[in-house]
Amino acid sequence: MSVHIAPIACRDLVELVTDYLEGALPPEQHARFENHIAGCDGCTTYLEQMRETIRLTGTLSEQQISPAARAALLHAFRGWASG
Amino acid sequence: MAEPPAPPAFPGLSPDERRLVEALRARDEDAFMELIDRYQASLVRVAMMYVGSHAVAEDVVAETWLGVLRGIDGFQGRSSLRTWIYRILTNTAKTRAQRERRSISFASLGDGDDGPAVDPDRFLPPGDPAAGAWASPPRGWDGLPEATLLSAETRSVIDAAIEQLPPTQREVIRLRDVEGFSSAEVRALLALSETNQRVLLHRARSKVRAALERYLSEDTA
Ligand SMILES: [Zn+2]
Repeated sequence: MSVHIAPIACRDLVELVTDYLEGALPPEQHARFENHIAGCDGCTTYLEQMRETIRLTGTLSEQQISPAARAALLHAFRGWASG
Repeated sequence: MAEPPAPPAFPGLSPDERRLVEALRARDEDAFMELIDRYQASLVRVAMMYVGSHAVAEDVVAETWLGVLRGIDGFQGRSSLRTWIYRILTNTAKTRAQRERRSISFASLGDGDDGPAVDPDRFLPPGDPAAGAWASPPRGWDGLPEATLLSAETRSVIDAAIEQLPPTQREVIRLRDVEGFSSAEVRALLALSETNQRVLLHRARSKVRAALERYLSEDTA
Protein backbone atom coordinates (compact mmCIF):
# COMPACT_ATOMS: atom_id res chain seq x y z
CA MET A 1 0.00 0.00 0.00
CA SER A 2 1.54 3.23 -1.09
CA VAL A 3 0.59 6.65 0.18
CA HIS A 4 1.41 9.65 -1.95
CA ILE A 5 3.22 12.20 0.16
CA ALA A 6 3.59 15.66 -1.29
CA PRO A 7 7.13 16.94 -0.85
CA ILE A 8 8.14 19.84 1.39
CA ALA A 9 10.83 22.35 0.40
CA CYS A 10 13.75 22.78 2.82
CA ARG A 11 12.81 26.44 3.17
CA ASP A 12 9.38 25.42 4.48
CA LEU A 13 10.64 22.54 6.58
CA VAL A 14 12.78 24.77 8.78
CA GLU A 15 9.59 26.59 9.80
CA LEU A 16 8.03 23.33 11.00
CA VAL A 17 10.88 22.21 13.24
CA THR A 18 9.42 23.52 16.51
CA ASP A 19 5.97 22.10 15.75
CA TYR A 20 7.69 18.80 14.99
CA LEU A 21 9.72 18.82 18.22
CA GLU A 22 6.62 19.80 20.20
CA GLY A 23 4.65 16.94 18.68
CA ALA A 24 2.19 19.42 17.25
CA LEU A 25 2.22 18.44 13.58
CA PRO A 26 -0.90 16.73 12.27
CA PRO A 27 -0.15 13.11 11.29
CA GLU A 28 0.08 13.78 7.57
CA GLN A 29 2.44 16.74 8.05
CA HIS A 30 4.47 14.69 10.50
CA ALA A 31 4.90 11.99 7.86
CA ARG A 32 5.93 14.54 5.23
CA PHE A 33 8.42 16.03 7.67
CA GLU A 34 10.06 12.72 8.47
CA ASN A 35 9.99 11.67 4.86
CA HIS A 36 11.88 14.83 3.93
CA ILE A 37 14.40 14.50 6.76
CA ALA A 38 15.14 10.92 5.76
CA GLY A 39 16.46 12.09 2.40
CA CYS A 40 17.94 15.51 3.17
CA ASP A 41 21.31 16.01 4.86
CA GLY A 42 20.89 19.79 5.15
CA CYS A 43 17.61 19.52 7.04
CA THR A 44 18.89 16.64 9.16
CA THR A 45 21.78 18.87 10.24
CA TYR A 46 19.39 21.74 10.80
CA LEU A 47 17.17 19.64 13.05
CA GLU A 48 20.23 18.45 14.99
CA GLN A 49 21.32 22.06 15.45
CA MET A 50 17.92 23.03 16.82
CA ARG A 51 18.11 20.17 19.32
CA GLU A 52 21.62 21.23 20.26
CA THR A 53 20.50 24.85 20.61
CA ILE A 54 17.83 23.75 23.07
CA ARG A 55 20.35 21.69 25.04
CA LEU A 56 22.91 24.50 25.20
CA THR A 57 20.29 27.11 26.11
CA GLY A 58 19.41 24.87 29.05
CA THR A 59 22.93 25.22 30.43
CA LEU A 60 22.30 28.92 31.14
CA SER A 61 20.42 27.83 34.25
CA GLU A 62 23.53 26.75 36.10
CA GLN A 63 23.88 29.45 38.71
CA GLN A 64 24.26 29.50 42.46
CA ILE A 65 22.34 31.43 45.08
CA SER A 66 24.42 33.85 47.12
CA PRO A 67 24.90 32.94 50.81
CA ALA A 68 23.81 36.45 51.79
CA ALA A 69 20.50 36.13 49.96
CA ARG A 70 19.97 32.70 51.52
CA ALA A 71 20.63 34.03 55.03
CA ALA A 72 18.26 36.97 54.50
CA LEU A 73 15.49 34.64 53.33
CA LEU A 74 16.00 32.36 56.29
CA HIS A 75 15.69 35.38 58.56
CA ALA A 76 12.46 36.41 56.82
CA PHE A 77 11.11 32.89 57.21
CA ARG A 78 11.78 32.86 60.93
CA GLY A 79 10.02 36.19 61.30
CA TRP A 80 7.00 34.82 59.47
CA ALA A 81 6.95 31.47 61.31
CA SER A 82 7.06 33.12 64.73
CA GLY A 83 4.58 35.82 63.81
CA MET B 1 3.62 6.59 56.54
CA ALA B 2 1.25 5.18 59.15
CA GLU B 3 -1.05 8.19 58.90
CA PRO B 4 -4.76 7.69 58.38
CA PRO B 5 -5.95 8.46 54.84
CA ALA B 6 -6.23 12.23 54.51
CA PRO B 7 -8.98 13.89 52.48
CA PRO B 8 -7.81 14.37 48.90
CA ALA B 9 -6.19 17.76 49.38
CA PHE B 10 -4.45 19.40 46.41
CA PRO B 11 -5.41 16.90 43.73
CA GLY B 12 -3.29 18.87 41.23
CA LEU B 13 -0.04 18.53 43.17
CA SER B 14 2.63 15.89 42.88
CA PRO B 15 3.39 14.00 46.10
CA ASP B 16 6.61 15.98 46.34
CA GLU B 17 4.82 19.34 46.13
CA ARG B 18 2.12 18.18 48.54
CA ARG B 19 4.84 17.29 51.04
CA LEU B 20 6.39 20.76 50.68
CA VAL B 21 3.07 22.58 51.07
CA GLU B 22 2.20 20.62 54.18
CA ALA B 23 5.65 21.17 55.66
CA LEU B 24 5.50 24.92 54.97
CA ARG B 25 2.13 25.12 56.66
CA ALA B 26 3.75 23.43 59.64
CA ARG B 27 6.39 26.21 59.57
CA ASP B 28 9.12 23.76 58.60
CA GLU B 29 12.30 25.73 57.91
CA ASP B 30 13.99 22.93 55.96
CA ALA B 31 11.12 22.79 53.53
CA PHE B 32 11.41 26.51 52.91
CA MET B 33 15.15 26.28 52.33
CA GLU B 34 14.57 23.36 50.00
CA LEU B 35 12.27 25.55 47.91
CA ILE B 36 14.81 28.36 48.01
CA ASP B 37 17.58 26.13 46.77
CA ARG B 38 15.34 24.76 44.08
CA TYR B 39 13.92 28.01 42.71
CA GLN B 40 15.86 31.06 43.88
CA ALA B 41 18.35 31.29 41.00
CA SER B 42 15.63 30.66 38.46
CA LEU B 43 13.29 33.20 40.05
CA VAL B 44 16.01 35.83 39.95
CA ARG B 45 16.61 35.16 36.26
CA VAL B 46 12.91 35.38 35.50
CA ALA B 47 12.59 38.58 37.54
CA MET B 48 15.45 40.02 35.50
CA MET B 49 13.23 39.82 32.44
CA TYR B 50 11.03 42.50 33.99
CA VAL B 51 13.28 44.72 36.06
CA GLY B 52 16.49 46.46 35.25
CA SER B 53 19.07 45.24 37.68
CA HIS B 54 20.13 42.14 39.52
CA ALA B 55 19.68 43.90 42.85
CA VAL B 56 16.09 44.84 42.09
CA ALA B 57 15.44 41.31 40.81
CA GLU B 58 16.66 39.84 44.11
CA ASP B 59 14.39 42.27 45.89
CA VAL B 60 11.43 41.18 43.82
CA VAL B 61 12.22 37.56 44.58
CA ALA B 62 12.47 38.25 48.32
CA GLU B 63 9.06 39.90 48.10
CA THR B 64 7.81 36.89 46.19
CA TRP B 65 8.89 34.52 48.94
CA LEU B 66 7.08 36.66 51.48
CA GLY B 67 4.01 36.41 49.28
CA VAL B 68 4.43 32.65 49.17
CA LEU B 69 4.63 32.43 52.96
CA ARG B 70 1.66 34.73 53.45
CA GLY B 71 -0.38 32.83 50.93
CA ILE B 72 0.57 29.25 51.72
CA ASP B 73 -2.15 28.69 54.33
CA GLY B 74 -4.79 29.66 51.80
CA PHE B 75 -3.15 27.95 48.81
CA GLN B 76 -5.81 25.89 47.05
CA GLY B 77 -3.58 23.69 44.93
CA ARG B 78 -5.51 24.47 41.76
CA SER B 79 -2.23 24.95 39.93
CA SER B 80 1.06 23.32 40.78
CA LEU B 81 3.06 24.87 43.59
CA ARG B 82 5.72 25.87 41.10
CA THR B 83 3.27 27.62 38.78
CA TRP B 84 1.75 29.41 41.77
CA ILE B 85 5.16 30.65 42.94
CA TYR B 86 6.06 31.91 39.46
CA ARG B 87 2.70 33.63 39.14
CA ILE B 88 3.37 35.52 42.37
CA LEU B 89 6.79 36.37 41.01
CA THR B 90 5.61 37.69 37.66
CA ASN B 91 2.86 39.76 39.33
CA THR B 92 5.33 41.19 41.81
CA ALA B 93 7.88 41.88 39.09
CA LYS B 94 5.36 43.58 36.81
CA THR B 95 4.18 45.84 39.62
CA ARG B 96 7.77 46.70 40.40
CA ALA B 97 8.62 47.31 36.75
CA GLN B 98 5.68 49.68 36.44
CA ARG B 99 6.91 51.62 39.40
CA GLU B 100 10.28 51.82 37.67
CA ARG B 101 8.61 52.88 34.43
CA ARG B 102 9.88 49.89 32.54
CA SER B 103 6.31 48.89 31.90
CA ILE B 104 6.20 50.12 28.32
CA SER B 105 7.91 47.10 26.86
CA PHE B 106 5.36 44.87 28.54
CA ALA B 107 2.34 47.03 27.88
CA SER B 108 2.99 46.71 24.16
CA LEU B 109 4.09 43.16 23.84
CA GLY B 110 3.61 43.10 20.09
CA ASP B 111 6.28 40.92 18.56
CA GLY B 112 5.72 42.23 15.08
CA ASP B 113 8.74 40.34 13.88
CA ASP B 114 7.79 37.76 11.33
CA GLY B 115 11.18 37.14 9.78
CA PRO B 116 11.86 33.61 8.53
CA ALA B 117 13.78 31.10 10.65
CA VAL B 118 16.61 31.02 8.13
CA ASP B 119 17.93 33.71 5.79
CA PRO B 120 16.09 33.17 2.45
CA ASP B 121 19.38 33.60 0.57
CA ARG B 122 20.49 30.24 1.88
CA PHE B 123 17.90 28.49 -0.29
CA LEU B 124 17.78 28.15 -4.07
CA PRO B 125 15.65 30.97 -5.53
CA PRO B 126 12.26 30.62 -7.21
CA GLY B 127 12.75 29.59 -10.82
CA ASP B 128 15.49 27.16 -9.96
CA PRO B 129 14.43 23.56 -10.66
CA ALA B 130 15.13 22.80 -6.98
CA ALA B 131 13.73 26.10 -5.65
CA GLY B 132 13.49 26.16 -1.88
CA ALA B 133 16.19 23.51 -1.34
CA TRP B 134 19.32 24.43 0.59
CA ALA B 135 21.86 26.42 -1.44
CA SER B 136 24.18 26.73 1.56
CA PRO B 137 23.18 24.06 4.07
CA PRO B 138 24.24 24.27 7.71
CA ARG B 139 27.44 22.49 8.69
CA GLY B 140 27.08 20.04 11.53
CA TRP B 141 28.42 20.83 14.98
CA ASP B 142 29.16 17.25 15.90
CA GLY B 143 32.84 17.72 15.07
CA LEU B 144 33.18 20.45 17.67
CA PRO B 145 34.55 19.58 21.09
CA GLU B 146 32.06 19.62 23.94
CA ALA B 147 34.34 22.12 25.70
CA THR B 148 33.75 24.63 22.89
CA LEU B 149 29.99 24.08 22.95
CA LEU B 150 29.82 24.52 26.70
CA SER B 151 32.35 27.34 26.97
CA ALA B 152 31.51 30.58 28.74
CA GLU B 153 31.85 32.34 25.40
CA THR B 154 29.28 30.11 23.68
CA ARG B 155 26.91 30.67 26.57
CA SER B 156 27.33 34.41 26.36
CA VAL B 157 26.51 34.22 22.64
CA ILE B 158 23.26 32.43 23.53
CA ASP B 159 22.52 34.87 26.32
CA ALA B 160 23.13 37.87 24.07
CA ALA B 161 20.92 36.39 21.34
CA ILE B 162 18.10 35.91 23.86
CA GLU B 163 18.54 39.45 25.16
CA GLN B 164 18.01 40.82 21.66
CA LEU B 165 14.69 39.05 21.17
CA PRO B 166 11.38 40.89 21.38
CA PRO B 167 10.08 40.70 24.98
CA THR B 168 7.52 37.90 24.69
CA GLN B 169 9.83 35.68 22.65
CA ARG B 170 12.46 36.26 25.31
CA GLU B 171 10.08 35.31 28.09
CA VAL B 172 8.95 32.16 26.33
CA ILE B 173 12.41 30.85 25.49
CA ARG B 174 13.75 31.65 28.94
CA LEU B 175 10.91 29.86 30.66
CA ARG B 176 10.83 26.91 28.28
CA ASP B 177 14.47 26.29 27.46
CA VAL B 178 16.43 27.90 30.30
CA GLU B 179 14.09 27.21 33.22
CA GLY B 180 12.69 24.00 31.79
CA PHE B 181 8.99 24.81 32.08
CA SER B 182 6.43 22.79 30.15
CA SER B 183 4.41 24.40 27.40
CA ALA B 184 1.30 24.21 29.61
CA GLU B 185 3.06 26.04 32.45
CA VAL B 186 4.29 28.80 30.15
CA ARG B 187 0.86 29.22 28.63
CA ALA B 188 -0.67 29.56 32.08
CA LEU B 189 1.98 32.00 33.28
CA LEU B 190 1.96 34.26 30.25
CA ALA B 191 -1.68 33.78 29.24
CA LEU B 192 -0.79 32.59 25.75
CA SER B 193 -2.64 30.25 23.45
CA GLU B 194 -0.97 26.98 22.56
CA THR B 195 -0.31 28.11 18.99
CA ASN B 196 0.94 31.50 20.04
CA GLN B 197 3.33 30.00 22.55
CA ARG B 198 4.72 27.68 19.90
CA VAL B 199 5.14 30.42 17.32
CA LEU B 200 7.01 32.61 19.80
CA LEU B 201 9.19 29.70 20.88
CA HIS B 202 9.93 28.88 17.25
CA ARG B 203 11.04 32.39 16.39
CA ALA B 204 13.13 32.62 19.52
CA ARG B 205 14.86 29.26 19.05
CA SER B 206 15.45 29.91 15.37
CA LYS B 207 17.25 33.15 16.14
CA VAL B 208 19.34 31.63 18.89
CA ARG B 209 20.31 28.79 16.55
CA ALA B 210 21.29 31.31 13.87
CA ALA B 211 23.45 33.22 16.37
CA LEU B 212 25.13 30.00 17.45
CA GLU B 213 25.72 29.00 13.85
CA ARG B 214 27.37 32.33 13.09
CA TYR B 215 29.56 32.07 16.15
CA LEU B 216 30.50 28.41 15.80
CA SER B 217 31.30 28.66 12.10
CA GLU B 218 33.64 31.59 12.83
CA ASP B 219 35.24 29.33 15.34
CA THR B 220 35.90 26.48 12.93
CA ALA B 221 36.68 28.54 9.82
ZN1 LIG C 1 15.75 19.65 3.26
